[in-house]
Amino acid sequence: MVYLARRLLHTLFLLVGVSILSFLFLELAPGDYVSEMLLNPQVSPETVAAMRAQYGLDRPLPVRYFDWIKAVAHGDLGYSFAYNLPVASLLGERARNTLFLTIAAAVLAWLLALPLGVLAAEHRGGWFDSILGVGTSTLLATPDLLLPLVLVIFAVRSGRFPVGGMTSLDYADLSAAGKLHDLVSHATLPVIALALTTLPVLVRHVRASVLDALATPSLVTARAYGIRKHGILLRHTLRLAANPIITLGGLSIATLLSSSLLVEVIMSWPGLGPMLLEAILGRDFYVVIGAVMFSTVLLTMGNFTADALLYLMDPRTRVRP
Amino acid sequence: MRHKKTIRWLVGFLLLLHLAALLAGFLAPYSPTTQEREFPYAAPTRIHFVDGSGHFHLRPFVYGVEPSSSDSQISADQLANVHSLRFMVPGERYPVAGWWKSNLHLFGVDAPGKLFLLGTDGYGRDQFSRLWFGSQISLVTPLVATVISLGMGVTLGAMAGFWGGWVDELIMRIAELFVAIPWLYLLFAVRAALPLSISPVGAFLLLVTVIGTVGWARPARLIRSVVLTTRQQDFVLAARAAGATSGSILWQHILPQTWGVVVTQAAILIPQYLLAEVTLSFLGIGVPEPTPSWGNMAGSVQQYSILTSYWWMLIPVIVIIPVMYVYDRLAAALHEPVKSSA
Repeated sequence: MVYLARRLLHTLFLLVGVSILSFLFLELAPGDYVSEMLLNPQVSPETVAAMRAQYGLDRPLPVRYFDWIKAVAHGDLGYSFAYNLPVASLLGERARNTLFLTIAAAVLAWLLALPLGVLAAEHRGGWFDSILGVGTSTLLATPDLLLPLVLVIFAVRSGRFPVGGMTSLDYADLSAAGKLHDLVSHATLPVIALALTTLPVLVRHVRASVLDALATPSLVTARAYGIRKHGILLRHTLRLAANPIITLGGLSIATLLSSSLLVEVIMSWPGLGPMLLEAILGRDFYVVIGAVMFSTVLLTMGNFTADALLYLMDPRTRVRP
Repeated sequence: MRHKKTIRWLVGFLLLLHLAALLAGFLAPYSPTTQEREFPYAAPTRIHFVDGSGHFHLRPFVYGVEPSSSDSQISADQLANVHSLRFMVPGERYPVAGWWKSNLHLFGVDAPGKLFLLGTDGYGRDQFSRLWFGSQISLVTPLVATVISLGMGVTLGAMAGFWGGWVDELIMRIAELFVAIPWLYLLFAVRAALPLSISPVGAFLLLVTVIGTVGWARPARLIRSVVLTTRQQDFVLAARAAGATSGSILWQHILPQTWGVVVTQAAILIPQYLLAEVTLSFLGIGVPEPTPSWGNMAGSVQQYSILTSYWWMLIPVIVIIPVMYVYDRLAAALHEPVKSSA
């Protein structure tokens, strides 16, 4: 338990560090949203100065950082200049949509990767392994951009899936079942695109972990005793191979989050991606910081959960110094 | 020793590709900014050997492009409008590698014919030519960015591993921060802090710096671990006992040991950075128009109508696949001896 507490503390320190880092990055930025307003002849310099004072842009850096952190602790993530809305309310819905996409894709990818990886490892060097190897190499070489683009073409050509967005225009009028169907049909292609971007890494990793596990002395002995390969695979190998797989589970969240930015922008999914891009182009600082912080929290939480799971599942990890 | 041969083939392919990028002006029939406004989104030009009356020609030819023809049907007007394809033809002047100018092109068609091997974009610019000029940006950016990343990684990693103590602690904690942010978010955040509209050269330098700085942490961690183990080895202790200074130990004995990690990391980082440039330019926050890069060339397909009507606009993204594949194989082949000796 001490180990877990220390890990949690470490995670918190990490988050504080990232918040300082991202705050500093944005402070280095030349020009902010308010100074861009100076270009507008209808806005007088006095108004701009007043806005600076109102948003606290005229105070020194550390003061602003601590103000911001204090506000964050109260659930106030700052103010979006472009939308004229609190960042928290803006981010909340977007983050929920991104989370929905990411989790669905993660579940789908893992459901595919586990059996595929185990099968490939079981028949190492066989035809299935070879085909899967070629498939994963090809998918790995395919840019993350291309998959959603191809799926959009497919959706438009086949007309079987709605293109873009998360819901239809008449979503509010639909029945509960209709709403679910609408949501699922909108989400299918983005989820597939996202799952496919992360699938090759997962399959390779699962296959390698299972192969490593099969080579351990205990399993070689089990084989030598004549226990059938299938029984070994299901009962012992997966348990042995679980450690690296769980670790990757935490890490895969990071790649999923990054890829989901692209999928969202290309498939017009109303998640963090399109908003982050817009915020960068519009110099909407607090939105950028909010989105980056959110992704970091997810990533570090993913890693922490993976560590905690490891700790609970594998007694060997508990004797760490 | 099989992987040595593989590595030679893969590196050979990459060298050839970069040489071709250097000679973009020679391989491309047109300049990347020449606009043929009458031919927006012209489909790839077909090259023919057999004419309308069934005669075979040894010299390939093309039919004239019709401004508004979208179908593959060839009209009677076009049949009469034959332009031969010729090699080593004079054309628009272009600089080679920045210092001397030439107007010799590998191939072209007789005027007034047009040769759009991969079609044209919305401004009627030849995609094939832009692809080669774009490769100069898209292939060089990852190389320079990787040099920056590995330079920072080796310097900071070696400092952390060699000196230890608070230097180590500080550098590794900062590295942890960089690894804790999903990399595309990090890339976006750094990009957000920098000016948006700047000159193409400025944008290139900026992009290289942003991409390069974002990725230093992982190599730094690996280099640090190599330095840590090497520092305790007998030959280093012997050098120290013989009175060698810290600097010369680091330079002559320890850094050469990190070479393997550096090369493997380069093979992993370069394709990742290629994607980074393409992604940023695709989204409009990388290299700006009219300078072509594989990313901003494909940017227009964000409009679904263009994506579904003009498939050749996707080619700049598709050409990335073989490049990525080669780098992936190369990284695997470089990793092989490490794995088998461990």
